[in-house]
Formats: sequence, C-alpha cells, structure tokens
Amino acid sequence: MPTLNMIQALNDALKVEMRRDDRVVVMGEDVGVLGGVFRVTVDLQQEFGSERVMDTPLSEGGIIGTAIGMALYGLRPVPEIQFADFIYPAFDQIVNEMAKYRYRSGGQYTCPMVIRTPYGGGIRGGHYHSQSNEAYFIHTPGLKVVIPSNPYDAKGLLLSSIRDDDPVIFMEPKRIYRAVKGEVPEGDYTVPLGAAKIVQEGRHVTLIAYGAMMQETLQAAAKAAEEGLQCEVIDLRTLLPLDTDTVVQSVKKTGRCVVVHEAARTGGFGAEVSAILMEKAFLDLEAPVRRVTGFDTPFPYSLEHYYLPDANRILSAIRETAAF
Amino acid sequence: MAKRNSKTFTPSAPLTANPSSQLSEKDLQALYRGMVLVRLLDEKLTLLQRQGRIGFYGTCTGEEAAVIGSAFALQPQDWIFPALRQGGAALWRGAPLRDYLAQLFGNAADPLKGRQMPVHFSDRRIHQVSWSSCIGTQLPQAVGAARAAQLRGDPTVVLAYLGDGASSEADFHVALNFAGVWKAPVVFLCQNNQWAISVPLSRQTASAGIAIKAEAYGFAGMAIDGNDVLQVYEATRAAVDKARVGGGPTLVEAVTYRISAHSTSDDPSRYRDESITAEWRQKDPILRFRRILEERRLWDASIELSLNTSISQEIAEALRSVERLPAPALDTLVTDVYAAVPAHLQEEYADLERLIKERI
Repeated sequence: MPTLNMIQALNDALKVEMRRDDRVVVMGEDVGVLGGVFRVTVDLQQEFGSERVMDTPLSEGGIIGTAIGMALYGLRPVPEIQFADFIYPAFDQIVNEMAKYRYRSGGQYTCPMVIRTPYGGGIRGGHYHSQSNEAYFIHTPGLKVVIPSNPYDAKGLLLSSIRDDDPVIFMEPKRIYRAVKGEVPEGDYTVPLGAAKIVQEGRHVTLIAYGAMMQETLQAAAKAAEEGLQCEVIDLRTLLPLDTDTVVQSVKKTGRCVVVHEAARTGGFGAEVSAILMEKAFLDLEAPVRRVTGFDTPFPYSLEHYYLPDANRILSAIRETAAF
Repeated sequence: MAKRNSKTFTPSAPLTANPSSQLSEKDLQALYRGMVLVRLLDEKLTLLQRQGRIGFYGTCTGEEAAVIGSAFALQPQDWIFPALRQGGAALWRGAPLRDYLAQLFGNAADPLKGRQMPVHFSDRRIHQVSWSSCIGTQLPQAVGAARAAQLRGDPTVVLAYLGDGASSEADFHVALNFAGVWKAPVVFLCQNNQWAISVPLSRQTASAGIAIKAEAYGFAGMAIDGNDVLQVYEATRAAVDKARVGGGPTLVEAVTYRISAHSTSDDPSRYRDESITAEWRQKDPILRFRRILEERRLWDASIELSLNTSISQEIAEALRSVERLPAPALDTLVTDVYAAVPAHLQEEYADLERLIKERI
C-alpha cells in the first residue's frame, strides 16, 4: 500500500472519482494549469482536459454561484476556494442558495457538490490565510461539514462527499497537508460521513478534536499517559451531522471531556459539543467540559503559536479536568 | 415604440432574424392570452391578498410583454432562472395553474411544500428554478447551468431574468463576466421597470442604461421596447438562437415600467410621481398588442369578453380546488433539509410530535 501525504491522497481521490463519474468537474482559481496553489489538483487537467478541470475567473462568489448552477443541471462540481479565509464573498450563495435548494424547492432541485477549501493556522499566513471558519457552516441547516485529519480519511471522506446527494463543505487542514503521511489504499474506498473515529481508547478523559488539532491532541494524550492518565481520543471527521452517539458513549464511560479546536472559542464547535454533553450525559459528568481553543481575536501573524492550541495547553486542560 | 428612457443604450449589434413575421395567428392569439392571463391573475391575487387570503403578492402589471414575449422564445428543454415577476413564464411553459396558486397558499397541494413565501414558485418539469429574494443570486447559477449544458453538449439555453436593481449586485457582474469568458449559452433578460422598490434607475447606475454593461464583459447588449411583445420575442429569440449554436451570451434590456407597487407591502405614492405612471399606462403592452391584433382581425370586443370570461373561470376553478386544503404534513418541517433526515433532526422532530400529542 503506498504511503501518501494528504495532498497526494486528495489528488488520488479526485482522479478516482473523475474516472468513475464523468459528471464530476473541478473548478476554481489556479486549479487547472498550475494544479492549485497547494497542488491538490495537479495533473488533473492533463488527464481530464480543461473543460472538466476549469481555471475560473478570480471570484469566489462566481465559483460557487456557477457551481450551484452546474449541480442543479446534473453535474457533480468540486469547486476549490483557495483559502477558507477567501470564502466570504460566496457566503450568500453557500448558506442561502446551495444549502437551501432542496428544502425551498420542495425537493425538486438538489445541489450535490463539494466545496474543498484549505483552512487553519500554523503556516505563518496571518489573518487571511489561517482562519478556521467551520462554525459558520455548521450553523447552516442543509450543509454537511467534513474535516479530515490524515491521508487515509482525506481520500475516503472526499470520495464519500462527492457521492453524497447533499452539499458538503470539505475543509482541509493545510498545516498538515504534507507533514502527515500514511498508508492509503489504491483505487476506490470510502470513509462514511457522519461517523467519528475512536483513535485511541482510554478510561480517564475523553479528548475530542478534528483536523490539524488531532496531531496536538494525540501528543497531549501521549504526555498524559506518562502521568498515568489514559485518554480516549475521538477524531470527529464529520462535524455536521455529528456522530453524537460516539461522543456521548465515550463521555458516559470517562465522565470527563476536553474539546479542542483552533477556531475562536465563542460560538465555536466546542460549545456545541459541550451543550450536547450537558443534555445527554449530565449525570455521568465528573467535571465541567473543558474547551481548548483559539482566542477570541482575529487570527494573529507573529504570535500565532500562542493563538493555536498546542499539546501543552491541551495537557494542562487534561490535568485540570482529571483532577476536578 | 414606446418612448425610450433617454439614458437607454442603443443596440450596437443589430438583430438579423425577424421571426415574428412568421408567427401564426394561433401564436399571436396565444401570446395575447398569455399576457391577459397574467394581468387577470395579478388583479385577482392582489384582491386575495387584500382580503387576507394570501400573505403577499408581487404583480407584473405593465411588464407582461417582457415576460411572455421572452418565455415564448424558448424551447421545452431550455431553463429559466427567474426573478420576482416571472410566474407568468412558468404558466406559459406549462406549469399547472393549480400548482402555482397552491404555492401562494403554501398548503398541502403546494409543490414547494409550504416552504416559501408566495411568488417563489418553481417547477422542475419545465426547468424553472426556485427564485431567491436575495437579488441577483440566480444570475451566476444560470451561467453555471448554461456552462453545464455546454459541457454536456446539450442544445439547451438558459434564460436568466433580472430587474434593473439587480444590476447593482456583485452577482450580476460576476455572472456576466463568467458568461463572457465561457461563452455560455445564457440570455440575460433585464426587465428594466425603472424602479427597485423606491429607488429609480438614475440612482441605481451612472451607465447609459443596463444593456451597455454587457460590452465590458465581451458580448452584446441591446435595449428594446419591453412593452412591445413582438419586439421582446424577436430580440430574445435571436439571442436564444445565437446562444444555442455556440454564439455565447446576450444581455437584453427590456425597457418597461412598473405600473403597480413593488409588492402588496409597498405604496409607490410615497416616493414617485404617479402622473408618470399614468403616462406609462397609455403604453400598456396589452392594449398595444390588442391594436395589432385588431388590425389583423384577431381581436374584437366579443373575443375579449369570451377570453376574459374563460380565463376568469379557469382562475376561479383552480382557486376553488386549492384554497381550502390543509397545511402541508407536519413532517415537511424536517424533510428535504437533506436527502434523508439526520439523527439530530429526527430527535428535534420527535420532541415536537410529543409536545403536540401532550397538548391533545
């Protein structure tokens, strides 16, 4: 089985699906001749031509607006937004249009499409190349929100997303695009949407994370183990719809939970996880649910490593939660 | 020709075809009937809104030629991305009147399952897409659908409607730009009725009209008399034919006037000189077309009477068959958010069902 990084795994997924289904088209800024600024779409235009791998004019609203029209017509567009920070001009098209077509047309029209977009900090990208804006989309009924944390899941989740009949926001942790490698099967396989994964079993504290934060969380879990704290680590993989059962069952077992994300804290996904645990596992909780998150600030440039949760901050939260 | 808005762009690319000269008597009569249906429907539905029987309505009064003339230029496989006032296009292309009316009531017979305010009708069978109240969003979508048809090699053209106000939205410029770059088989039909609720065209743009804006995006724009149904048909037909054979997009600006209010929630006497509206009433597209028909002996008072009677009966019967139907089934609250109802939504719905049961 080949060892690939996440970029190679995503590129492989696009190739597999474009060969399998001629309705799939890739479009966006620099995705064609250049193969994307992160090279996720490299070589696609050579194999599938400039009609199925389209360099578009520089307009995020236009990319998503036209992709919606293609999806309505019967294609399966996979538009790329070059950085998640650039997605806001397309926000109306995403939340009012793409997400709502099925509902507002009484099920007559659907938008099966996947918006791929690199997100997250840790690459010295500053405010415009580092944001984790998943919460905006999680708050939008009609969308699915998927965030892989490793090459195997990235390929399998992208294949599931393209085949899904509903629109998916597929956020790629660019900080670990190349840093994390893993075995990725050749050819076709899928990882189901809506299913979290227990990465590591444990009995003292449940750690919940996704995307690039899985790396920091696993490091924190290893350090905690040296102190005798066995953490159960859950990779959410799909944030919407959330695999509530896996999360709740784990916390019912451990009684303690730390949620990690790099997005700002207020109104972030950690708040949702915490609220669900209050509703469904209140009597099993031995300690308040702790959030380890980015600060409620714009994403900083020079001090980004203070902004981003790291293994030490997570470890500190694990200790406090365990000792509560 | 109605008097042009002085700022209206003069067409730079003259139309070559003159298909209306080939229209049969049957076609001409059908066009007239289509326009009268819209007029009578608007009158009836405004009344219904005033009586509190429907919540909202937006009429097309004075703009019937722009809607029916342009829709007539399409083939059955073509798509429409409408704006607010193109319900008549859906009816023209075969959407059942009963469905259209049920959507206004949002009841069990509404194909949209009561999910939208009145006048947001759509019907997939005739390729008319659901309209959004956020102005202009349909335009890039229309270009995308046209691009998809082009990629698939389908002989399909997309007709995208907009008002003059929409020409200020980013989505308008985005759509024209993508359409030009892709040479997409799309026709933009701007019903320039000169008012975006209370804001006149002069405060909407400093351009000499709307059509000229197409030039910047690399394709032809043309301003036409939007109150002349034959001219609307000819211009749209030429643009549609051109798009169908790979000639790319066209922006057609049908200059007309919003005779009535923006919607039933609006009172234009608060912001405009209604003596100008009275002038435009003299240019009523139905009256003007009637004169042409009369010259060709296709119209007289008795034909008018029987047409009015038959349409009014049709509307009354359709209304009777849908008005008293119950609300949509309760589960339509949570279906169609996704292809299948996800677990969290099933749970939320179960709570509602339980509450309703307990109340009983």
